[in-house]
Amino acid sequence: MTDLTMDLGFMTLKNPVLAASGTFGYGLEFEPYVGLGQLGGLVVKGLYFNPREGNRPPRLVETPSGLINAIGLQGVGVKAFAEKVLPRLRDLDTAVVVNVCGDDDDEYVAVVEFLDRQDGIAAYELNISCPNVKKEGLCPALFAEPTFALVKRVKSVSRRPVITKLSPNVTDIAEVAQAAEEAGTDAISLVNTFLAMAIDIETRRPRLANIFGGLSGPAIRPLAVRMVYQVASRVKVPVIGMGGIMTGADALEFLIAGASAVQVGTANFVDPDAAVRITSEIAGWCQAHGVARVRDIVGTVRAA
Amino acid sequence: MTIDRNARILSVESWGDYYLFTIESPAVGGEARPGQFVMVKVSSSPFPLLRRPLSIHSAGPVGIELFFKIAGPGTEILAGKKAGDPIDILGPLGKGFTVPASLDGKKAFLVGGGRGIAPLYFLGRELKAAGAEVTVLYGGRCQRDIPLRHKFEVAQLPLLCSTDDGSFGFEGMVTELLGRELGRSPADLLYVCGPDPMMKATAQTVRAAGIPAEFSLESMMGCGIGACWGCVHRIRDGSGDGWVKICEEGPVFPGDRIVWTD
Repeated sequence: MTDLTMDLGFMTLKNPVLAASGTFGYGLEFEPYVGLGQLGGLVVKGLYFNPREGNRPPRLVETPSGLINAIGLQGVGVKAFAEKVLPRLRDLDTAVVVNVCGDDDDEYVAVVEFLDRQDGIAAYELNISCPNVKKEGLCPALFAEPTFALVKRVKSVSRRPVITKLSPNVTDIAEVAQAAEEAGTDAISLVNTFLAMAIDIETRRPRLANIFGGLSGPAIRPLAVRMVYQVASRVKVPVIGMGGIMTGADALEFLIAGASAVQVGTANFVDPDAAVRITSEIAGWCQAHGVARVRDIVGTVRAA
Repeated sequence: MTIDRNARILSVESWGDYYLFTIESPAVGGEARPGQFVMVKVSSSPFPLLRRPLSIHSAGPVGIELFFKIAGPGTEILAGKKAGDPIDILGPLGKGFTVPASLDGKKAFLVGGGRGIAPLYFLGRELKAAGAEVTVLYGGRCQRDIPLRHKFEVAQLPLLCSTDDGSFGFEGMVTELLGRELGRSPADLLYVCGPDPMMKATAQTVRAAGIPAEFSLESMMGCGIGACWGCVHRIRDGSGDGWVKICEEGPVFPGDRIVWTD
């Protein structure tokens, strides 16, 4: 039996596979299809303080081996989450991570202060990288300074560990990762989606009402692996990798590149039980390769 | 709601771009209600990546039927499948049509445009079993777009057809045919599925006539299970209106809740 547990320092996961925010609803949507207790963790859909309307449709377009979305973080807000969802997630034997959003730094702080008064949350994932809520994908994670300032402020109030989720839409992602680390983040997750666009050549209109969206799925995986490798070699805090993971082999690539855990996103849409299948595929690979503890393969990428 | 990876195609019929699959899936067939849909995996490769939503054409203890038209690379791959092939389906999903328990003598009009006829066969049979007097209005651009006529005849569901070019039945759009029929004899209930412009026009007709109507909306879907929030439509509720997930709260909505936009 492979030991799948992963100690991130601030929390221990029963296995290194989490369901990614924005692809797993509030978790409960998946109960008919998957034992949520089998997940290493689940990151619920991004929460603003108040309910949020989201973008006009069309919100989705499928592209080769990928999906561009511009949902616009439609959601129920923290109060409905705490009243209706959290009581049902609390008893699950898995790490519940809440993805925290804000229109400005004050709102991130307000969300964290509200959630700090609720039980049953293992950590916060600071969503500073959604490309779909401001013009042309603007978000704090595009620059080191606003990332540093926001992480520092949230860390100064939060009673829980903070994972900072980075944007790939930058020139030097390691620089932003270092800013988050200097500001005290407990971990870094990457990557959020790539700012993207698709055009209907008959109507010559963008396929998304929002014009731009975020590209996810297997199309982005090699880009994400590269960024995880770059970040993991520059920071000391644990890195959680994601980007188009569909199989155990895909997940292992991220772990070997330096991620201590992975998140499964778009694959949940195709197979609601994908995260659990991927976990067992990782375990199978470890057994076949004589790896007793999955943590032993983290960052073991060799010289070219 | 099941992921049935052991489902199997029992038979395939086709008429041009239209396909009818009979699928063995007791898990999905035993649960399905008219108006619900399944998410079909068309390929195990990452392209096309997503499952395709298809409404359930009929269901029973053995499995389901799916009726679809080739509309892109996903349905094209699906159309290449043969009897005996395995197929991975997720469902039944969504909230279907309302079928009141007793409908003795009530008149129901079912209006389908093109591939939008798919769920109305299942619905028509259930309404008839509940005692309703059912009339199906089936429209397409030309005769090739209304291939399922024989199934309604076998099920003894009275059928009126329309084609835009007059190649079969009433010449004109199915909404015009509906207008004519409502002028002759009013209906108590109306159920509609088809392309958006056709449903929008139908909504105007039935609102004017004051008939309670349900519409099955179509959308591209990321997941079909309420997780991605990609398939929204503007829907009214008590306090106002907002973007509501078609997969989870629909695909069927009462006409008075749907906000029709461009």
